[in-house]
Amino acid sequence: MPAMSSRLGRLAVIATAAGAFSALFGVGGGTIIVALLVIWLGYEHREAMGTSLAAIVLIAALAAVTQGLYGNVDIAKGAVIGVPAVAGVVAGTALQQRISQRAVALMFMVLLLVSATVLIVR
Amino acid sequence: MSAVDVIGTVTIGFAAGVTSGLLGVGGGILFVPALVIFMDESQLGAESTSLVAIVIVSIVGTWRQRGYGNVRLRDALMIGGLSPLGVLAGAVLANAVPERALELSFAAVQLYFAFTLARDQGLFRRGSTR
Repeated sequence: MPAMSSRLGRLAVIATAAGAFSALFGVGGGTIIVALLVIWLGYEHREAMGTSLAAIVLIAALAAVTQGLYGNVDIAKGAVIGVPAVAGVVAGTALQQRISQRAVALMFMVLLLVSATVLIVR
Repeated sequence: MSAVDVIGTVTIGFAAGVTSGLLGVGGGILFVPALVIFMDESQLGAESTSLVAIVIVSIVGTWRQRGYGNVRLRDALMIGGLSPLGVLAGAVLANAVPERALELSFAAVQLYFAFTLARDQGLFRRGSTR
């Protein structure tokens, strides 16, 4: 566990990287948060992912309000696709508790590869 | 919306939620293309509109993960609370660096993370049985 001040500094760097990634590409803040919590702060994968989701609530809410003020957000469409996603997230978190930490880690690596590929080919 | 659009929205929306819950991300990687393909949003509009869905799933996901004991709330609040710094940094970067260069650098960062995590899992060790 790093000293308190360096730990705070690392959290600030993670926050900055995640915010920048989301703002620039509209997606991807979560992968940065999870990867850095694991690599840099020694989180185990499930904890990193649970903590990332909680941070995303704030990051996405702030971004949604900002974009909403510019009139770029269609709340109805976002809510419509959010409904099946709620069922998905309940299933996904439940599944995560029932598979090995290693399986979770491997799937996350695949997500990183897919996300990088999407950035490269678009 | 046609039947195909409805089925597509429900299927990809569900898959985005599973990805979010399973891997701790917002799910934008699936929400954004789904909004473009099935709900007639532009790429930019989809990125903004997807935020609504991301807020919804991340709230529900956080609630479930709290129950499983996987949320370190103080760190999460710190990251979320300081994220506007990143938004500012992003705006500065967007003006200073060509978009293609930014995309490729972030892709490189993700590939580096994937490599580091794979090494930590012992994937590159011969005869690894872990």
